[in-house]
Amino acid sequence: MKIIKKLALGLGVAAAAQMAQAADSGFDLKTVDPEADRIALQNYFKSRFPQAEVSDYVNGIYAVDADSREQWEELEEFPPYEFAVEEGEVLFNTPFANGKGYADCFENGGVGIRQNYPYWSKEEGTVKTLEMEINECREANGEKPLKWAKGDIAKISAYMAWTSRDKEINIEIPADDPRAKAAYLDGKKFFYAKRGQLNLSCANCHVQGSNIRIRADLPSPQLGHTSHFPVFRSKWGELGTLHRRYKGCHKDSRSKPLSHQVEVYRNLEYFQSYMNNGLVINGPGARK
Amino acid sequence: MRKLTTSICAAGLLAMVTAAPVVADGHEDKLALGKAVYLNKSRGNCISCHAINDPDATQAGNQGPPMISMKMRFPDKRMLRAQIWDATKNNPLTIMPPLGKNWILSEEEIDAVVEYVYQF
Repeated sequence: MKIIKKLALGLGVAAAAQMAQAADSGFDLKTVDPEADRIALQNYFKSRFPQAEVSDYVNGIYAVDADSREQWEELEEFPPYEFAVEEGEVLFNTPFANGKGYADCFENGGVGIRQNYPYWSKEEGTVKTLEMEINECREANGEKPLKWAKGDIAKISAYMAWTSRDKEINIEIPADDPRAKAAYLDGKKFFYAKRGQLNLSCANCHVQGSNIRIRADLPSPQLGHTSHFPVFRSKWGELGTLHRRYKGCHKDSRSKPLSHQVEVYRNLEYFQSYMNNGLVINGPGARK
Repeated sequence: MRKLTTSICAAGLLAMVTAAPVVADGHEDKLALGKAVYLNKSRGNCISCHAINDPDATQAGNQGPPMISMKMRFPDKRMLRAQIWDATKNNPLTIMPPLGKNWILSEEEIDAVVEYVYQF
């Protein structure tokens, strides 16, 4: 019993020490401070890559690696997501069987609102993502929900991001509902905790390990991570959602990936998006 | 008693002499296994983070230090083995997976990869 206690204590101390190094505010509800975290992360990358502009981090690895930027700029001359955005626009504007449409479900007719997602819903006590609300809109109007990872949902989301380009990301953590901060904290913990057979945290590759080669690949910096989703990945040869990417990353660490839109993935999206406050939406994006 | 000791010694000596070539072959096999473990993505995949001066190890990553001066850096080979088995012991934040502790490699594969990198 004593041994178990000691071990548990040791693990706790190790975990705490680990986390303390990774971000500036704490890992419990009393000490966690989202705004301090956001500034600490920006400062971290400012000192890591002094030549990169903070506003350029929405372009991922291309903000900090000149060689890959050149290839990417060539790719962007004929953006591979162009047709998907057009198809998304058609899908978005095609009425449901009951005559209503997506525009009726969202603020401002669904145009130029991507920067406010994900958001904390007090009524439902959970983080709501854009994709989640696209499907809720369908179901509320008697339509079947779309599959989460790719296809129509990614196209609609891409069109909605497209109409929001250059809008400043504005994620709020309402002070009058402590559950919102708890959701942020849950996402933050997920990001910094080690997991899977390979014992990797998201931070291992995307904070400490960013822009350092893993074989021939350069992992992107965490700052700016969600701004360009959904994304057209050359590896996929198509558009995919943020949670599709989360699942892939999760699998690469030899963890068992979770399902699309599970609470902790939404909380992770909430945390990551909050980190990007002040940067702009540039979705859909193109990546390797 | 003395006779017994002598015969055991003799048997031991004989075994050593006859086993010697087998040991040499075994070492070559071990190095080959170590190299395969080092390069193979689904095994050790050491190359994803550590450069090594082997002509077959192209496009190595640099998340971790290159495999040079290994004998100088690890005069005690067992320390190298321990680092591969569980690097989190020295640094809980390390990106290096605990290859032994998390059963990523077998003990035999770890022995082999130690021998392989110890040449550099």
